[in-house]
Amino acid sequence: MENSQEFQDLKFQAIKINYLYVCKRKLWLFSKNITFENKSDKVLLGRLLHEYSYPKEKSKEILIDNIITIDIMSDGSIREVKYSSKMKEADIMQVMYYLYYLKQKGVQKQGIINYPKEKRKEVLKLTPEYEEKVKQALKEIEEITTKSIPPPAQKQKICKSCAYFEFCWG
Amino acid sequence: MQKSLYITSNGRLRRHENTLYFEMGAEKKAIDIENVEQIHIFGEVDLNTKALNYISQYGIVLHFYNYYGFYAGSFLPRKKNVSGDVVVRQALHYLDREKRLFLAYCFVESAVYHMMRNLRERKEAEAYLIAIEDEWEKGRFNISSISELMGLEGRIRNIYYQSFNQFLPEDFSMEKREKRPPTNPINALISFGNSLIYSHTLSQIYQTQLDPSISFLHEPSEKRFSLSLDISEIFKPLIVDTVIFKLLNNHQLELEHFDEDLNYCYLNQEGKKIFLKEFQSKLETTVRHRQLNRNVSYKGFIRLECYKLIKHFIGDQVYSPLKAWW
Ligand code: SF4
Repeated sequence: MENSQEFQDLKFQAIKINYLYVCKRKLWLFSKNITFENKSDKVLLGRLLHEYSYPKEKSKEILIDNIITIDIMSDGSIREVKYSSKMKEADIMQVMYYLYYLKQKGVQKQGIINYPKEKRKEVLKLTPEYEEKVKQALKEIEEITTKSIPPPAQKQKICKSCAYFEFCWG
Repeated sequence: MQKSLYITSNGRLRRHENTLYFEMGAEKKAIDIENVEQIHIFGEVDLNTKALNYISQYGIVLHFYNYYGFYAGSFLPRKKNVSGDVVVRQALHYLDREKRLFLAYCFVESAVYHMMRNLRERKEAEAYLIAIEDEWEKGRFNISSISELMGLEGRIRNIYYQSFNQFLPEDFSMEKREKRPPTNPINALISFGNSLIYSHTLSQIYQTQLDPSISFLHEPSEKRFSLSLDISEIFKPLIVDTVIFKLLNNHQLELEHFDEDLNYCYLNQEGKKIFLKEFQSKLETTVRHRQLNRNVSYKGFIRLECYKLIKHFIGDQVYSPLKAWW
């Protein structure tokens, strides 16, 4: 995790995990760099990379996608801040991926999901089942993104707020 | 919506701290850079690298026009949306004869559709509409090369432009379409409008992963950003011509808005302002999109055309060009 390239890969891989559960077409398009990020996304990514490039000495707080904070150095956990306790599989899997990633680096961590609004937190552990699921997910990502054509668009609820909406349906 | 800014006066673009200003003598206007997508410069404007670098940070495209209002060139900041995958596939569609012809045909088909659409409601132009339909039906199935397609399009366009004399004010009659240099007002208007649609299309292409230099109807060697010429074909009759009809038939533009010198006839500053205002309001006009179930502006339709091309290139959906349904 010591250089920003690695961090960028980590972030992109985590986004792919998230997209795998959200929309496989989105995953494919993203993997081909067909993205239509808005200005605030760009600003966020820039800030992310900046923060990572100039780490503070002891603790590194990295904000990812505005919802996950990896706070690796201070108390050895990965935090995710969510505004509602409706946990989505995509969000959990994203945290599991970070835990899995750190485990490959020889670091055992746990994930904490904070619900500031509800004043409670939940602890996520990388169980063997989840580890298996992460591996499966990575394999599936590989399969989808190496296909020569994207999965067809399928209308679902999230399409309306998806950055690809006009691309897919226009 | 991200804005287009038109500068018709002379002055200077200057960055001072974190603001971009347009200065005309002592007068100073701050530009809301966050919400600007493109700047079109018609006046004599000074700017330095400090301003340019600042403008690039925001991904803003600059288009320059010469004294007569004709497109001179663009400044495109380093592109952020790059996909090697899309570009390679776009190039494959150019290299494959059949695939290239298919796309070229699509652009012409849509252009002809929109020309006919412009004439459909005009009783005076009925004979011309029929002539175009004949020409198109006769020719469209016998095309085996780009040059044949170009020839057919040229013949149709001739009939189309001739029909203008039937419904435009007499002052604006046209012997024939002449591009360089336009020597009468109507030709000057068409050239000016076409320059604008070209640069606006380029701005939209720039926001996507398409490579503006790989084209299908026009030869990539013809102009640097020939894909912009291809896509413009669709929007020239749909946007430029309807703006011209409106301005002339409502007498918003008169002969006094044109200047002439040895070789050129062109819009004077007042004329350009009138045209740009109407043009911009047309671009911002929205139409309910049936699939999206949202309002889409004319400018948005240019962007959607780019998306459809990307989908075509990546093997997702066969391209079907816009045919205005409203
Ligand atoms: S608009 Fe819908 S189908 Fe398209 S990428 Fe987004 S979620 Fe997937």
